[in-house]
Amino acid sequence: MALRGTCRDVGDVAVVDFSGKITLGEGSAMLRKMVRDLVDTGHLKILLNLGDVDYIDSSGIGELVGAYTTVRGASGELKLVYLTKRVHDIIQITRLFTVFDVQADEDAAVRSFR
Amino acid sequence: MAAKTQRLEVSLDTQLESVDLAESIVMRVAEAAGFGEDDVHKLGMALREGVVNAYNYGNCQDKQKKILLSVEFELETMIVHIVDEGCGFDLSEVADPLAEENLLRTSGRGIFLMRAFTDDLAVRRAQTGGCDLVMSKKLPHPISGNGRPQPE
Repeated sequence: MALRGTCRDVGDVAVVDFSGKITLGEGSAMLRKMVRDLVDTGHLKILLNLGDVDYIDSSGIGELVGAYTTVRGASGELKLVYLTKRVHDIIQITRLFTVFDVQADEDAAVRSFR
Repeated sequence: MAAKTQRLEVSLDTQLESVDLAESIVMRVAEAAGFGEDDVHKLGMALREGVVNAYNYGNCQDKQKKILLSVEFELETMIVHIVDEGCGFDLSEVADPLAEENLLRTSGRGIFLMRAFTDDLAVRRAQTGGCDLVMSKKLPHPISGNGRPQPE
């Protein structure tokens, strides 16, 4: 399934709910554009909800890292929540748990932003 | 009696759609060979990374070039070849994506994932002159004399 993303505000945190696959092509390009647009419009607290993302490849992982560096470069914070097992496993074996702040649930994630 | 060698070959266009097609072919073959859901997923993902590598780096997204996918079985192993028309690369020169200095790179994890999800990965010079990426994974059940996976 192609990647879909919808954005909503929870307080001053922009939560993006993604569903589908984050893979080379439209999926990874959409993720990049959504995060860049949020940063360009002044959103510096971004939470990516990956609860309905059942597949991610190395290009998708690269886009997540790119999103992270984009937000950090603007002095913002980007966090992840609700990882599916497959996304969790990929993040784990690529050692990206040392990079990303991964939260277990949305309420805690929103509260964890400074 | 020696097991028959089974081989499937597909010629793919150098286009993004070929990645999904190749992945679905290999996942179906792996499922028919008796791999469980998790291993089927891992093989599909390794294959995806290999075809993306051929599409991006081997054939440089040149639509005039082809990617040859083949799957074959030896007695205990499923072997996948992804042949492109590029000049190949040295696996030992691929940067380690787990190294601290590479963690924030936005690319360079494909080879790592292929290695993680298969038992063996090699790069050879193809007879056609291109690059032959070879990945293999031990079958859950050895192939019997009729070329089919043996039941438990």
